[in-house]
Amino acid sequence: MTAKIVTISSGKGGVGKTTTVANLAVALASEGKKVVCIDGDIGLRNLDVVMGLENRIVYDIVDIVEGRCKTRQAMIRDKRLPDLFLIPAAQTRDKNAVSPSDMIRLCDELRAEVDWVLIDSPAGIERGFRNAIAPADRVLIVTNPEMSAVRDADRVIGLLEAEEKAAPSLILNRLNPSLVRRGDMLSVEDVYDLLRIEVIGIVPEDENVIMASNKGMPLTLEGKSRAGQAFRNIARRLAGEQVPFLELEAQNLWERLARLGRK
Amino acid sequence: MDETSLVQIKGIREGLLVSLGDAAWPVLQEALLLYIEQQALFFKGARLALEVGNQILKVADLSALRDVLSERGIILWAVISDSPTTESASQLLGLATRLHKARPSQEAVQPVKGLDDEAALWVHKTLRSGVRVEYAGHVVIVGDVNPGAEVIAGGSVLVWGRLRGVVHAGAEGNQSAVVCALDLSPTQLRIAGKIAVSPRREGKPQPEMIKLKDGRLQAESWHPG
Repeated sequence: MTAKIVTISSGKGGVGKTTTVANLAVALASEGKKVVCIDGDIGLRNLDVVMGLENRIVYDIVDIVEGRCKTRQAMIRDKRLPDLFLIPAAQTRDKNAVSPSDMIRLCDELRAEVDWVLIDSPAGIERGFRNAIAPADRVLIVTNPEMSAVRDADRVIGLLEAEEKAAPSLILNRLNPSLVRRGDMLSVEDVYDLLRIEVIGIVPEDENVIMASNKGMPLTLEGKSRAGQAFRNIARRLAGEQVPFLELEAQNLWERLARLGRK
Repeated sequence: MDETSLVQIKGIREGLLVSLGDAAWPVLQEALLLYIEQQALFFKGARLALEVGNQILKVADLSALRDVLSERGIILWAVISDSPTTESASQLLGLATRLHKARPSQEAVQPVKGLDDEAALWVHKTLRSGVRVEYAGHVVIVGDVNPGAEVIAGGSVLVWGRLRGVVHAGAEGNQSAVVCALDLSPTQLRIAGKIAVSPRREGKPQPEMIKLKDGRLQAESWHPG
């Protein structure tokens, strides 16, 4: 196996990076792929919480880097999906405990073992961010339809261009179609107009996301929610499939409802 | 040759200023790292400005160096160079290229020595948030200037694209400098010492040129030629 290393980044905090990593990982692992998620947010870890694996942590990424355990020992197997693993961040250290070259070494080791490595980048553009992007074959930028998040995404894209990384792809998270329709929220077109990178996913705002992450059950595990469907579609696009965008379906549904209302 | 003589260090208000001598880049880099290793305690946590003379460095060179330094607990914040390639590479990485930030209100005319009146910096890409392009002559950008990006030119600024960031033409006091763009809606626009904030625009954008006329910034439709 030769894994693809995918880093999920954003610049701004709170836009849904961790949720995205957890859900993409679950979606890929449900398709029978072997997936490792790495929490790159040393000192402020939370991917373990969102995945519901918090109480199983024994070793973490700093233990691997500093040689206190083998990589395999720090890989926590998911309780629902046997092909999904998490390498947690250390909570009691800071970002300087790991260097970009440590990350490259770790990912090269994982490359032979799994199909996908997903790295959850911390917010910001400092050391933690550089650690997270150093080994990446591909970067996904998560943003929300608001100016401050888009501005930070632009900055991150600029930094990636400067590092001569392959062009990143965009995930627009927490889009509320009815607010866009009223002109109260940036639309997909507005965001694309500024950032000009390939859009790989549009995730509608969905209260199930918060409920799911509090339960430690990424919502792609269940079948129903629209956001879960959007994440599953992104996972399929990552794997190279052509999948039409959900947003259009949403509009059709909305239009159908509107038409029903008018009758 | 004694390798340490390639590295000169002095303390400045902003931290440490390291000047590198004249040699091939790998040699210089090695000499610098050797120097740092010998005095690891002194360098720990230092903010470093690097003077590289005519050395032509690419983004990859600088970013590699920055990572190596950061692994040793040293923050590289500025690269000062005479080479435009190196200068734009550092700007792309968000590094400073001058020790002191030019004050926008400075009216003093500082003649640029050795620079042709018509010298221009050609930038063929979109400037994203956080990128600062500074040049003593004119600046031509083929691409957009996004919000959060800054262009500071001694001469005029021409943007073949959308201008939505901050632009300062005639930054050293040249009042005949102009700014033109295909779609001109900057966050803030300055020519010499005058500052304007662009009004919210409705309708289809059109190419415009801003000039300093009778002490005010004035917009006119831009018809090149």
